[in-house]
Amino acid sequence: MEPIIKIENLHYLYPGDEIETLCGIDLELHPGTFTAVLGRNGSGKSTLAKHLNAILTPTAGRVLVCGMDTADESQLLRIRASVGMVFQNPDNQIVANVVEDDVAFAPENLGVEPQEIRRRVDAALRQVGMYEFRMHAPHLLSGGQKQRVAIAGVIAMQPKCIVLDEPTAMLDPSGRREVVETVTRLCREQGITVVLITHHMNECVGADRLIVMSNGIIAADGAPKAVFQQREMLEREGLTVPVTTALLQELRAAGMDVPTDALGIDECAGRIAARI
Amino acid sequence: MLRDITLGQYFPGDSIAHRLDARCKLILVVLYIAALFTAVNYGSYAFMIVVTGAMIAVSQIPLRAIVRGLKPVLVIVILTALLNMFFTQGTPVVKLGALTITREGLIRAAFMVLRITMLIAGTFLLTYTTSPIALTDGMEILFGPLKKIRVPVHEMAMMMSMALRFIPTLIEETDKIMSAQKARGADFDTGSLIQRAKALLPLLVPLFVSAFRRADELATAMESRCYHGDEGRTRMKQLHWAARDTLAILLGAAVFAAVLVMKHFGL
Repeated sequence: MEPIIKIENLHYLYPGDEIETLCGIDLELHPGTFTAVLGRNGSGKSTLAKHLNAILTPTAGRVLVCGMDTADESQLLRIRASVGMVFQNPDNQIVANVVEDDVAFAPENLGVEPQEIRRRVDAALRQVGMYEFRMHAPHLLSGGQKQRVAIAGVIAMQPKCIVLDEPTAMLDPSGRREVVETVTRLCREQGITVVLITHHMNECVGADRLIVMSNGIIAADGAPKAVFQQREMLEREGLTVPVTTALLQELRAAGMDVPTDALGIDECAGRIAARI
Repeated sequence: MLRDITLGQYFPGDSIAHRLDARCKLILVVLYIAALFTAVNYGSYAFMIVVTGAMIAVSQIPLRAIVRGLKPVLVIVILTALLNMFFTQGTPVVKLGALTITREGLIRAAFMVLRITMLIAGTFLLTYTTSPIALTDGMEILFGPLKKIRVPVHEMAMMMSMALRFIPTLIEETDKIMSAQKARGADFDTGSLIQRAKALLPLLVPLFVSAFRRADELATAMESRCYHGDEGRTRMKQLHWAARDTLAILLGAAVFAAVLVMKHFGL
């Protein structure tokens, strides 16, 4: 299948910096997949995200979104309408005083017909479960709700891909769950390609693919189960494996013959039960 | 204290005032202010009080909300009243040392207080009953002809709606910074006026820094959502000029005319 995003030998140097933030990234993202990107602060994961919808353009190398080069300014709007971006701080990305007006912002910018905007806004708000709040003032919502409004604001553009740059960093645990469940559903039910950048290992469990960034390069790339096996590398990157994987790995190290690739709690319990 | 600032706040509702077109309401406010400043005497003031009362009744905004909106300008109102009371020439009523309160001064002070109160209450009704998007859209359309002489009307309307959007966010942030500084011994509430003003300085610095950071992030978020000025931009909510809007304008013009006539007869 044709990749939706294709990155070829991407280098990026922030103006005024001496060391490249991204030093040679090659990556292909396929339609309908859920990719999680992990890495400590300064590993370059946010910088990578900003390349996916042409907020930043490569110092060297190429980024192709649906075949369009992000360096080509004439394609800018089409690229940004194809790849929606959700940021960390929900307060700083909501532009209107009423939820539904905010969701309408992107289609308005794209010049969509008023009735079609109305339809898209209602559909987007239903998809994130915020339809009942459409007349509310955003500043009175919880963090998780605000972030779901931000997601609705992006899917109203009908993008092929959504990139979420640490959308849960400022949320409490229940808000975090709301957001991750929402994007997982969008990916599974609507077939939208999702790129979730995060600090939290637990949010990667449901992903198809897990990429670990380190000092501007990709340190690991594979199915979450496979990546979590590389515990030493992850700990070197300041990341902790999910407790289930850690438990199985400890048991195995202690001499119990259990497979260590279980992620879910039930799955993990099943593996242990099968051995005792 | 900061929570009292209701500037730009919108009370969703379904009254006639809510359903009027934003452009219509903007014109009505201009007429209202013109009438208010034309009113000179008991008759016209009484008339304007009735008009203001009627406007509040029609908008179905609780009187409490309007009183709360007046609180932040209380100082200005009192100051104006005092100045007028003491510095108007006329028949003395009370003598306080070098200061005299005159009959004319008292009347004038009362008029001033009424005028400012009505001015604020009336304009607040506009923001209370109109969603900020409709309001800025209305302004953009009304001032639209100025685009021909390169006035950045769209940009100004967008800036205004952003400012309104961020008022509650920045108030929340100010509260947070104040609490953080109070926890470390800052004192905002006592001392002379100058001392208190000085105490606000360390508050303003972090507030500005964070406002700039917010602005930067907001700009990136807006660009990510394909914002590129008003070229080719559409609106989900179209403004509709209905018969009731024309009627409301006629009514507003009639009020203004009535006040003009009253002025002519010295009422």
